[in-house]
Amino acid sequence: MNLNVDQLLDNLQSETRQLLNKLEIEQPLIIGIHTGGIWVAERLHAALGITSKMGILDISFYRDDFSRLGLNPQVKPSQLPLDITDQHIVLVDDVLYTGRTVRAAMNELFDYGRPASVQLAVLVDRGGRELPICAAVAGKRIDLLSNQQVKLTGPEPLQIEVVTIDSA
Amino acid sequence: MQHFLTTESLDRDQLIAILDTAESFTSVDGRNIKKVPLLRGKTIVNLFFEASTRTRTTFELAAKRLSADVLNINVNSSATVKGESLLDTLRNLEAMHIDMFIIRHHNSGAAEFLTQHISPGISVINAGDGRHAHPTQAMLDMFTIRRVKGEFANLRVAIVGDLLHSRVARSQIHALRTLGAKEIRVIAPRTLLPSHIEDLGVVAYQNIERGIKNVDVIIMLRLQKERMQGALLPSQHEYYHLFGLTRDRLAMAAADAMVMHPGPINRGVEISSAVADGEQSVILQQVSYGIAVRMAIMSMLAGN
Repeated sequence: MNLNVDQLLDNLQSETRQLLNKLEIEQPLIIGIHTGGIWVAERLHAALGITSKMGILDISFYRDDFSRLGLNPQVKPSQLPLDITDQHIVLVDDVLYTGRTVRAAMNELFDYGRPASVQLAVLVDRGGRELPICAAVAGKRIDLLSNQQVKLTGPEPLQIEVVTIDSA
Repeated sequence: MQHFLTTESLDRDQLIAILDTAESFTSVDGRNIKKVPLLRGKTIVNLFFEASTRTRTTFELAAKRLSADVLNINVNSSATVKGESLLDTLRNLEAMHIDMFIIRHHNSGAAEFLTQHISPGISVINAGDGRHAHPTQAMLDMFTIRRVKGEFANLRVAIVGDLLHSRVARSQIHALRTLGAKEIRVIAPRTLLPSHIEDLGVVAYQNIERGIKNVDVIIMLRLQKERMQGALLPSQHEYYHLFGLTRDRLAMAAADAMVMHPGPINRGVEISSAVADGEQSVILQQVSYGIAVRMAIMSMLAGN
């Protein structure tokens, strides 16, 4: 399956703009989830003309599989404003799959304060949810099999493809 | 890593991984809620057979910021005073389903002894054993150096003071060598220098003015006052006169030299107040960074 990353970004940007207009939110805080989510968030942040600095979230300390997999050796510091209380947040990730990453991200967000609202924007929603989480906006919504994976590479050039993993 | 006993047994990649992970934990410090859920449900015991304020409290804070439950056992006020052996104390604590032990003990090798008798799956962190090692202190010192200086490759480091009895110095020397510091000097009166210390890859000086020349990092060690009785030193006053870090001596080091000390400091014995509280001192930063570094080590062991 071929996905055009520019097309997906265009969709995501216009859908996000519509959503923010409808909700009457002018300057949301854009937060990207490590690593692919940051690349997407940077583009969204620029396209929407947001003046405040973008936030970065590394959810390694909040993963639900720590006891099985241990600590991610590539963990990076999260960079958020010190207090996000009463702010409108757009949380950005590259791919929405099980929903576990978003659950972890929300837990981390709430340790920084109590936001006014959190919207989820993803480049690709590929189905396969294991938690009651859904994206407010998505560049594309597709249903993939469990042996298929959406792979985003970047940051320059940003490329996206669907790969099939051989189950040996 | 199952246990964390020395810096000597770790390679460069492992030391760097600890420093990088600690870097991420520093972001927790400034937040509204200074806690992450990594060690939720785990029980950690601070088992201290020697007095400690900084090390014990920063271990406790680190564990609490990882959401673990912490027990502090100070042996002065516990059953050991009533004659219980280390192994019996251990067995009793194990029966309470502990996940991690942090131990400080006056005997070298005590932490390793614990690992040989402990049930599988339980981690041990050495918080100082006799004259042998104090690896978490060494790692927080490396973290502080990297934060201020960036790289290790071009650094000249001087460690000044009671090298003979210092477990901190030993752990620092191993870590600095593994991380590739350019030059490591040790400065002390002859009575406080271990014989063959050069075998560790350091250059020994018995004169502070010569030893401190052009160094980028000065690590002061605490002069343990109890050493004064063993005829190793004539008097505190004379020690300060010959080896104390004063402004005049600091001026002989590189212009941007940083001054470190593991604490507790003896003002007017190994360091002057003007230097300890001066612009080049990072002594209090060391304490803050100790929390992030200990969080990193604990979470890396727990996620093993």
